[in-house]
Amino acid sequence: MVHFGKLKSTDNVSVMVTSSDTERLTLAFNPNYSEFDIHQGLGWIAGEADWVGLRFVQEYTQNRSIRNQRPDQNLFRIERGVMVEAMIDGQIAYAGTSDLSKPGLREACRRAVQLAMASADSKVFGFSTMQRPPNQGRFVSPRLQGLDSLSLTEFTSKLIDACRHMQVSDKIVNATAETTLVESHCQYASTNGSNIDQQFLLVSANFAVTAKDGSITQRRSLNGPVANCSQAGLEYFNFDAIFADCERVARQALELLDADNCPCEILDLILAPDQMLLQIHETIGHPLELDRILGDERNYAGWSFVKPCDFGRLQYGTNLMNVTFDPGLNGEFASYGFDDCGNRATREYLIKDGLLLRGLGSLESQARSGIAGVANFRASSWNRAPVDRMANVNLAPGSSNLEAMVAAVKRGIYMESNISWSIDDYRNKFQFGCEYARLIEDGQFTKVLKNPNYRGVTVPFWNSLKMVGGPDECRSFGTSFCGKGEPNQMIRVGHASPPCLFTQVEVFGGGQ
Amino acid sequence: MSFIETTRMLFDHVSHASFSVLKPGEALNLDLYAEEQTYIRFNRAQIRQATAVAQRNLGVTFQGDGRTIQFAVDLTGSLEQDAAFVRSLLERARAEASVLPEDPFLVPIKNNGSSDIQYQADHPFESDWIKQIISAVEGVDFAGLLSKGPQIKAVRNSAGQDHWFCSDSFFIDYSLYTVNASGENKAVKDLYADRAWSLEHFCKAIGHGKNQLELLKRSARRLSAGEYRVYLAPAALESIVGIFSWGAVSYDAWKKGQSGLQKLIEGNAFFSEKFSLQENFRLGLAPQFNSLGELAPMELPIIQQGQLKNLLVNSRTAKEFKIPSNGADNVGWKGEGLRSAEVNGGDLPEAKVLQHLDNGIYLSNLHYLNWSDPQTARLTGMTRYACFWVDHGEIVAPIHDLRFDESLYRIFGSCLDALTAETRLFPSTETYQRRDLSGCKVPGAIVDNFRFTL
Repeated sequence: MVHFGKLKSTDNVSVMVTSSDTERLTLAFNPNYSEFDIHQGLGWIAGEADWVGLRFVQEYTQNRSIRNQRPDQNLFRIERGVMVEAMIDGQIAYAGTSDLSKPGLREACRRAVQLAMASADSKVFGFSTMQRPPNQGRFVSPRLQGLDSLSLTEFTSKLIDACRHMQVSDKIVNATAETTLVESHCQYASTNGSNIDQQFLLVSANFAVTAKDGSITQRRSLNGPVANCSQAGLEYFNFDAIFADCERVARQALELLDADNCPCEILDLILAPDQMLLQIHETIGHPLELDRILGDERNYAGWSFVKPCDFGRLQYGTNLMNVTFDPGLNGEFASYGFDDCGNRATREYLIKDGLLLRGLGSLESQARSGIAGVANFRASSWNRAPVDRMANVNLAPGSSNLEAMVAAVKRGIYMESNISWSIDDYRNKFQFGCEYARLIEDGQFTKVLKNPNYRGVTVPFWNSLKMVGGPDECRSFGTSFCGKGEPNQMIRVGHASPPCLFTQVEVFGGGQ
Repeated sequence: MSFIETTRMLFDHVSHASFSVLKPGEALNLDLYAEEQTYIRFNRAQIRQATAVAQRNLGVTFQGDGRTIQFAVDLTGSLEQDAAFVRSLLERARAEASVLPEDPFLVPIKNNGSSDIQYQADHPFESDWIKQIISAVEGVDFAGLLSKGPQIKAVRNSAGQDHWFCSDSFFIDYSLYTVNASGENKAVKDLYADRAWSLEHFCKAIGHGKNQLELLKRSARRLSAGEYRVYLAPAALESIVGIFSWGAVSYDAWKKGQSGLQKLIEGNAFFSEKFSLQENFRLGLAPQFNSLGELAPMELPIIQQGQLKNLLVNSRTAKEFKIPSNGADNVGWKGEGLRSAEVNGGDLPEAKVLQHLDNGIYLSNLHYLNWSDPQTARLTGMTRYACFWVDHGEIVAPIHDLRFDESLYRIFGSCLDALTAETRLFPSTETYQRRDLSGCKVPGAIVDNFRFTL
């Protein structure tokens, strides 16, 4: 029941403009900046090192949120700056600045060169322009309706309406409608000929309620607080459908107040796509990152149970498990044409028929490890150096469906919408919680259960994968909040999956 | 001119230029964060990435017609260009204010006074510093991050308020690795943070870590799930105290039904008399003012001898729920969170921890904590780094990592046996988007029947 649809370019889209006021204030806002000429900028600093790269990022982010039908936040964030990369004796160092003038870029380049020289003797690996391919190209994310297609007034009133649809009872103590609209422009140029221009329009939303009865509280949202996101325009917001979903989750929150606690048992478990996103993210995405396997993340996010010798050998899951790195899926949240070292992004199998094949590692990590990787060297903004990130990691659809999965379960639990997540630093022992669950008895849904949690160990868990839903039930989610790196970076990822059935999983509920 | 001097000049100019164009009935708050940081990332005692960042991010809060419109913008550093740009944002703010619904919980901008605090640092020449670190960790598998340089937080508004907080410091957040007798990776973690670098101090800390690595080389013991008596070293306790900022001590979160301490707040649960938690800005890690320039009390008791004394209340929350504010901030996903937390020490000398623990698990660090059932203050997480099985007061063997799932009401309540007399200061090492200005000070704790589940 997801109504944040991605529309194909052939879909007939009705424009949601109702005002006849031609001078209305729309969601589009283009601050008065003079254009930054990346090639001129590169020219100012090109001779200062063995090789120089320049990455320009301009990102406008709007947070529009309503709580209990009242304005909560109207925030417009502007990120604008460049990251200079300078290579000296095989060491690449970085300097970020928001001063885009000639003296500003020259000073940033001086700092990058200074750092490269100071650290070249102690570099972890000697890089070359092999890790900075001279690609040229352009990527524009799909969108049908731009931010100028809806007025701020209309959009705000829709969010207020969404809250109204969630406030179905006095027991709803909080109803939130939050949206984030991002226009991002990234350019990359280098002295060996890279010339890349990528433009993104990204939308995300959280519609959530909290119900309270005495000392019992329950939260429910449309697919979890961070999952609904896409590369799209305002066509993403099908408000009539959203209002219906808002009412549905509000009533489910009330239902949860009186529901039984999730039992503590070992049972079959069906995960909805909006929980599969977290399962894929934490137990496939992160452990396959080559920089983790190489130890770069050991002091922060952690290492990995995956060893270099596991590629081509480790049976990660059952033969129903097919996982791809897919930067080209139309509208998925972390699609792109090139990563931040200019490497052209292509779809690759990470796991095929359950066998581990390829890591999530950039050209730098591939050179260091000798393991096949992907184009995933990504930075969160102009002020951070790129590191290996997972982007879109998807579980390919199978041939089953939810109805067949439920029918196949003697006693089990269906869970949806992530609310809690924790995993060890090697990505083995995980524990995840969901907002909403249903008990399955003798092949049928029976009662609603609250506080559903489950725990397991990554490889045994994926080797208990028994059924995978088909393409019709595959849904694409993601998050803007994948944290990693030193210094820390929060980045966007996408995960598409159908519902899946796992056998004999330890589930449990709340209570002290 | 230094980064600090040019930033102050820029802030002066942009403030003056934007306040001077306000119309009657309008008000403006400017909230600056600026840093000139060098980040050096180490792996295997070598340098993986070196990055310099100079950034000045200005938060602009406009009030007009009973509406609040906010912007955040990366300043270029050019006086005229930045001033003109901020003025242009005001035009957009006015336009938005004319069409958005009225904000009933708008907190009028007012003069919350002035302050000027500056902490200086004494950093060595950068290339020398790198050489000293590399030399000190030679022969050991070292990973970590050096972050150094000035950070500025300043808030000024059109009512005349003017706060400036500048701190120059560094931290090296690091871990050392070895392989134990069973062929498993084992590690020890530490943090060296200060305003003045001392090679001698760093070498001593590395030496201490190397000694712990020797203990970690023993074969690891696999413990089954169950309840164990544990010692939570200060770094482990710091992780648990961090979860209090995930809504637990926020008045706003409680009213929204999202506090992990709902039972404590509503008088249905208590902590041990041994447990006291407060905000203490005397630690010098965070500015006392928030993003609107409102001053929090220098010390604010949150939990005193097990009893709830205060929740954190931001002025917007205060207006909505008609209660007094206590100067809490309410920014980012954490909302009203602790900025300078302190847990009081107890009476157990650190030197007697192993003896007092007797039989149990020594937990140096925890990892990836999250609520598992906020209604009962239950949280889950993992053990990490140097964790040992202790038998009759002696470290016997490292352990295989365990998952715990335990309630704060037991950790700081019925199962809290002792807190160490010594406390440790932890400046924040968080660097999302920018280096964080916060921290905490905590002791170690001995807890009975700590629940491990996997």
